[in-house]
Amino acid sequence: MRDMPFGLVRVLDKDGRAVGPWNPRLDPAVLRHGLRAMLLTRIFDERMFRAHRQGKTSFFMKSTGEEAIGVAPSMALARDDMCFPTYRVLGYLMARDYPLISLVNQIYSNAADPLKGRQLPILYSARDYGFYSLSGNVGSRFGHAVGWAMASAYKSDDKIALAYIGEGTTAEGDFHEAMTFAAVYHAPVILCITNNQWAISTFQGVAGGEETTFAARAIGYGQPGLRVDGNDFLAVYAAADWAAERARTNRGATLVEFFTYRAGGHSTSDDPTRYRPADEAAQWPLGDPIERLKMHMIAIGEWSEAQHEALESELNDLVRAAAKEGEAIGTLGISKPSVREMFEDVYKEPDWRIIEQRRELGV
Amino acid sequence: MATMNMVQAINSALDVMLSRNPDVLIFGEDVGYFGGVFRATDGLMAKHGVTRCFDTPISESGIVATAIGMGAYGLRPVVEIQFADYILPAYDQLVSEAARLRYRSGGEFWAPITVRSPYGGGIFGGQTHSSSPEAIFAHVSGLKTVIPSTPFDAKGLLISAIEDDDPVIFLEPKRIYNGPFDGRHLQPMQPWSKHPASEVPEEYYTIPLGQAAIARGGSAVTVLAYGTMVHVCLAAVDESGIDAEVVDLRSIVPLDIQTIVASVKKSGRCVIVHEASRFGGFGGELSALVQERCFYHLQAPIERVAGWDTPYPHAFEWDYFPGPERVIVAMRRSLGG
Repeated sequence: MRDMPFGLVRVLDKDGRAVGPWNPRLDPAVLRHGLRAMLLTRIFDERMFRAHRQGKTSFFMKSTGEEAIGVAPSMALARDDMCFPTYRVLGYLMARDYPLISLVNQIYSNAADPLKGRQLPILYSARDYGFYSLSGNVGSRFGHAVGWAMASAYKSDDKIALAYIGEGTTAEGDFHEAMTFAAVYHAPVILCITNNQWAISTFQGVAGGEETTFAARAIGYGQPGLRVDGNDFLAVYAAADWAAERARTNRGATLVEFFTYRAGGHSTSDDPTRYRPADEAAQWPLGDPIERLKMHMIAIGEWSEAQHEALESELNDLVRAAAKEGEAIGTLGISKPSVREMFEDVYKEPDWRIIEQRRELGV
Repeated sequence: MATMNMVQAINSALDVMLSRNPDVLIFGEDVGYFGGVFRATDGLMAKHGVTRCFDTPISESGIVATAIGMGAYGLRPVVEIQFADYILPAYDQLVSEAARLRYRSGGEFWAPITVRSPYGGGIFGGQTHSSSPEAIFAHVSGLKTVIPSTPFDAKGLLISAIEDDDPVIFLEPKRIYNGPFDGRHLQPMQPWSKHPASEVPEEYYTIPLGQAAIARGGSAVTVLAYGTMVHVCLAAVDESGIDAEVVDLRSIVPLDIQTIVASVKKSGRCVIVHEASRFGGFGGELSALVQERCFYHLQAPIERVAGWDTPYPHAFEWDYFPGPERVIVAMRRSLGG
């Protein structure tokens, strides 16, 4: 077990075969669901990235190259478990069929925005889908997952929590505090580090990744640490499933490092050519998660190029229709929720300041 | 009824809530086996079990983060930060997470947590055990900040804070844990048992957040205070013979603006007193509110009595601490000399 943080859990070989002890032996229907959710994530990301460039919203972030890390754990966990996401796991919602139109409305901050115009695009919240409120402050929800999991255990509930953090953010105290509490109280939680090599412009060595692996952080806390090929859908699924079983049977927390590559820029405000070679993504040795799962499914006779093209076409239509529907309600600045919403939910009940200020604004 | 000091009243509030509501949990540094460095949680682990009241690692940020996660699940955690001076590692959690969770999630998640912390000076604690950080919480939309001044209020307000669905910072004036210290540090302090507000029901009761109390009625000048300073102001009134009205705010967010305005309109004069340093302190907000709402009733400039704009010193405890003499000077200035 103590060697695990220094290895790399992989299932798919270079020919697309599922091999080795971590093969989760998933039903083909599960594979199709995973492939669809990953492809949907990528197509949606591309569409909304373009929408930002067209001036329809203020900001956007893509998950490109990291789709398996959002999708597979979402499928391995139950609907009423709670995910404490980063902003690069849209796949978690896609795997649960979260309505595309709600995503679009949130990104446009329009009149139908489920977050009522208050949040930066893509910082979703979806309680009914087991998806905790996102924030642009990285890392500060890692400990919430531990507290949520402790609460579940206290109530003799069998729900578990899963949290993501970036490899860059493991330098924050939040990471180490969460690890300490998870270890001390044996919290039923899966703590995941997405090591996509880049924290905006700084490579993972700046966060200490040259000295040891991020998974090896677990050793100091006496917790199991897995290092997993994050672009291998089957490996990600198997690791999440293993850690979930461990949490659900009261054996405690697991730290999982998903080793991957951020194929796109950090956000729409970023220019990666300033700090890394333009073709680095193409050189990434662990391949693309969608291409690898597709190759595997073709290899086992459960998929074909024709089916893949048909699926791409179907998902393009779905995304286009959702985007159009959202645009019909309005894009940023064209449509917005009632300005009254600015004053709601500061407290459960507004105090006199909020009420007076709302009247001062005349809403 | 029982006679309680403020520590015992807080302990009673926690005990009552642990008994009443299985979703209430208590944790923090040294709060379990030891019962807290000020004994506020004494006996609670033994009585209610280690799953209800427990020790944590030395990690204020981790304590509050854990509480927020528990709150999002549906529990009502009550955490202790050993001294308010040590709350700053948790400030990010309180400001960036607890305060905004309900707002940013469109009402899907919220943090019904209570953060108790002893604050304030007068104990020769130097800069690391004496500070009054209320203004940095009052400034944050989404947080509530409560400061009791008697055992009776401490229990009723703490129970309200625990039952509140918003995050509440509950600052306990540690100098008056054992008695109503009034700033006359050369005189022996009376114990709470000689004070009527030490009569505390042993059972459940609440005092709503956002309601000030008139600690002493009067008409010559309005004195706004909270925490230890309420007793300092009462001593100043006693010594000077000035017929001041001393308003104990009890919570600064939500703030009982109606009581403040009614008192200042009646007296036409206002003195604001707090231990925290003056510049950017909560007194500045109170002063602005009073002049916005009572300008044509004011007969003198608003006075502020506060800690100096220095870190809290050690050897200069009584040079820093705003005692009754400074309050008397301010009241006399307000009254025109």
